Amino acid sequence: MENKTLYTITIFSENAVGVLNQITTIFTRRQVNIETLSVSPSAIPGIHKFTITALSETEESIKKLVNQIDKQVDILKAFYNTNDELVHQELALYKLSTEKVLEHGSIEYLVRKYNIRVLEISKDCIVFLKAGHYVETQALFEELAEKIGVLQFVRSGRIAITKSPVERLSDMLAKRSEAEERIKESYNKTNE
Amino acid sequence: MKENDTTNEMITGSEALIRSLIAEGVSTIFGYPGGAIMPVFDALYDCKDRIRHILVRHEQGAVHAAEGYARASKKVGVALVTSGPGATNAITGITDALMDSTPLVVISGQVTSSLLGSDAFQEADVIGITQPITKWAYQIRRPEDIAWAVSRAFYIASSGRPGPVVLDIAKDAQTGKCNFSYEKTIFLRSYEPVPEIDHEQIEAAADLINQAKKPFALVGQGVTLGNAENELRAFLEKADIPFGSTILGLSAMPSDHPLNCGMLGMHGNIATNIKTNECDVLIAIGMRFDDRVTGDLNTYAKQAKVIHFDIDRAEINKNVKADVKVLGDVKQTLPKVTELVKPAKHTEWIESFKPLYDKEFEYIIRNELYPDSGEIKMGEVVNKVAEATHNEAICVTDVGQHQMMGTRYFKFTQPRSMITSGGLGTMGFGLPAAIGAKYGAPDRTVVVFVGDGGFQMTIQELGTIMENNIDIKIVLLNNNFLGMVRQWQELFFDERYSETHLKNPDFVKIADAYGIKGRKVTQRDELDDAIAEMLSHQGAYLLEVVVETKGMVYPMVPAGGNITNIILGNGYKI
Ligand SMILES: Cc1ncc(C[n+]2csc(CCOP(=O)(O)OP(=O)(O)O)c2C)c(N)n1
Repeated sequence: MENKTLYTITIFSENAVGVLNQITTIFTRRQVNIETLSVSPSAIPGIHKFTITALSETEESIKKLVNQIDKQVDILKAFYNTNDELVHQELALYKLSTEKVLEHGSIEYLVRKYNIRVLEISKDCIVFLKAGHYVETQALFEELAEKIGVLQFVRSGRIAITKSPVERLSDMLAKRSEAEERIKESYNKTNE
Repeated sequence: MKENDTTNEMITGSEALIRSLIAEGVSTIFGYPGGAIMPVFDALYDCKDRIRHILVRHEQGAVHAAEGYARASKKVGVALVTSGPGATNAITGITDALMDSTPLVVISGQVTSSLLGSDAFQEADVIGITQPITKWAYQIRRPEDIAWAVSRAFYIASSGRPGPVVLDIAKDAQTGKCNFSYEKTIFLRSYEPVPEIDHEQIEAAADLINQAKKPFALVGQGVTLGNAENELRAFLEKADIPFGSTILGLSAMPSDHPLNCGMLGMHGNIATNIKTNECDVLIAIGMRFDDRVTGDLNTYAKQAKVIHFDIDRAEINKNVKADVKVLGDVKQTLPKVTELVKPAKHTEWIESFKPLYDKEFEYIIRNELYPDSGEIKMGEVVNKVAEATHNEAICVTDVGQHQMMGTRYFKFTQPRSMITSGGLGTMGFGLPAAIGAKYGAPDRTVVVFVGDGGFQMTIQELGTIMENNIDIKIVLLNNNFLGMVRQWQELFFDERYSETHLKNPDFVKIADAYGIKGRKVTQRDELDDAIAEMLSHQGAYLLEVVVETKGMVYPMVPAGGNITNIILGNGYKI
């Protein structure tokens, strides 16, 4: 891990069958391991957004990987960023025994101390949610595990938003619809 | 839009498929039937006058034939196969087409949609298998999706950097009914086949070229794919730039053009490789710096400024860093650069290639082409065949030593005359690709050079040739060895010839069994006569030439080596 940088790769795709397969094949072929993966419909209907993190020794290899992904027919746009260019978060859920939590102190105390939300309380267990960077959710896991004991733990893939004001996808879509008009016009002309 | 075809009556998916193919101008397809594609073959039965189907003997042959067809004709090649084993037999050809940017639409049958995922009889996950080896792979489960999917498929296969597309059609989509309306695809939001031209880059390229004292161009298949042979010639001639070609770029310019310095790469000419590492500006045109061209990237053209013309963004900086990238279709970008370059003369630089050629001629070529004693040489056969066709034939090759001899010594006067498996190096490509090439360019002489190994990988296509009277000239260069592997064993494995010797059948008898005229030549003095007989014969002909068993292809840059460290053989040094 020492010399590797974490890159966040953002991919917008048409909502087509098998896009994830196309993307992961490229990671496999280029020998880049996926650290986290998160997929959901984007703000624009019909377009899916993939956020993938991967470690790499060189920016070069990520650049080539992203170029190969961007080239796929169903991919609208792919780009990559480093952490400093992003606002990013992961979600973590922690399930603890209610009895053990109460032995440790009050729930409110934990909520305030760790900046967490309580999602579920029953007589058997409590589920906490924490949003944050990997190191934060991991630190909390380690602390809870040591002090109280964690029954179950799960963490989501990263989601991220770029800090720069430009929305690359909407720019791209605008350009593409201009191109569409141009292409259709010239096609109709040559076929009249 | 005249290619649009609409009907209000309900037709079957299979009929919709055939009408879609007709709307795309398809006249010839190569295929093999089976359960899951039978409805399509049934619909084809009614359209024999519009679409000619060539029944091959193995699905690999169908795809290679479609490749040969596409490369000779500028059209999209089409192959039609059944589900499961039919589709998996097509995989090698599809991969070959991806590597060599050949526009193909491969249509496979698939089990009925309700059975998908159930391990039904002859079900294979064709989309899963072909996604990594296609530009686009799509499964059609409803008849009403056939027209638009075919339209997309042809657009994707043929636009931008071409490549193979797979359409996997469930059987119930073939039999179900739909309305039919065909509209050509000319735009997809997520796919920009030809990048916009950046005029700054055009100017930057022209500036670099205008300053160059020792420019050198690398010509790739992109020129042929872009039908930009004339634009290339105008550019090279105006700026007086010598060039070398990749094996797929070979026939983009005539072999005897004064600026043509030959072939690049592992078995390329000495001068093109050495000069790559001496030029001051290296201009790559529609080529992708394959490792068989570059050898060790750390020592490749380090002294040169690199200009890279390509249609595929992902190729820029993939292997060799470009100082100037000229994205776009070379048919458009080359003339723009040509306009800005100043007429130049690089006489001294161009003349500096000559002594290297002379050395190569003296050490290698003379003995390969004009030996007067000893066993027959591969190069000598290739050269004689080329001359006998007045350098006007299409040269198809299989893979191995004879392929390198074909690319080194065949001569070209017309574009689209070199059809060989470059990227994948697929043995078995030659014979079926030659079949396709003949359909793609029926007026041209098609010669295919095969080795005794690769010939036997798709030899069953002699049946296709017999059935359809396909006039191709098969030149079998028989060394009774898997020659290219034997060459590596001789050079790099202490002459330990592990599993490379072949005990071969009587090939002329095999041809005879297929009703194909054949002749075996073992003596040099029979060669001219046999070649003349082959070329004047009406119909297919097998000329088996027994060549030197332990011939070597030189020059050779060992894989991954510096391209100026060239083995010349026989103790010669540059
Ligand atoms: C399908 C396939 N299998 C194996 C190889 C590896 N290979 C490359 S050249 C060669 C030998 C070809 O022998 P032959 O067809 O007799 O031609 P020659 O080299 O003797 O001209 C082999 C086995 C290949 N390229 N393709």
